[in-house]
Amino acid sequence: MQIRHKIAGGDFTRAGNVASAVKKVLQQINIDHKQSKRIVIALYEGEVNVVAHAYSGVVDIDIDSEKIKITIADKGPGISDIEKAMQEGYSTATPQVREMGFGAGMGLSNMKRNSDFMNITSIPGEGTTVELINFIKPDAN
Amino acid sequence: MRITDIIKELDLKVISGNSSITNEVTGGYVSDLLSDVIGNAREGNIWITVQTHQNVVAVASLKDLAAVIIVKGLQPDSDTIEKSNIENIPVLSTETDTFNIAGRLYELLNKK
Repeated sequence: MQIRHKIAGGDFTRAGNVASAVKKVLQQINIDHKQSKRIVIALYEGEVNVVAHAYSGVVDIDIDSEKIKITIADKGPGISDIEKAMQEGYSTATPQVREMGFGAGMGLSNMKRNSDFMNITSIPGEGTTVELINFIKPDAN
Repeated sequence: MRITDIIKELDLKVISGNSSITNEVTGGYVSDLLSDVIGNAREGNIWITVQTHQNVVAVASLKDLAAVIIVKGLQPDSDTIEKSNIENIPVLSTETDTFNIAGRLYELLNKK
């Protein structure tokens, strides 16, 4: 099963809509509740990152019998130092974004913690792509 | 304990999302950082916060939280109210501050 969603950068009114739509799909196809919750958390954080930092983004969700692969690709400023960005508490979010309770520097670490595999590639000035894989039977891996 | 019991005991005002008001509460979570709540709150928790924008409802819904308590008499935005009615997330309000309402909720939930 393949699903594609688009995200508009800067549009906080719709932040979480993709995660919400995917949550419903995962419930419909009876994905393990615990794993489903992890996927939704990781996807929500990825979605918010696009809204908070990028101009636009595309989310591709690819579900097969073994795993759920999510690819979030954005057009945006990119990340020059991924290792630094991964540090909990480090954030480049604007004061306005922080006032709303976003930009706490916990997004990427939440994504890492809630995925079985995560890979970030980024070209500064062009954009960032985050790949997340969650295995459907976590015990088997 | 049900949300309705908590509303009565803590003298909370129901702003919206009335349809889920009889749901069971598993505990509470206090934070104004959305990533903290997304990462750490548990299903069925009541979330106490100063945030009033509609992303609060999005987070509560994604995490299957029982309800949100907005403190210090702060008014939720109109789209927050609208969204909470669609997502069936009760938005409750108190004049009390976070420290005091959290203390009272803790006491209530841990009372034998």
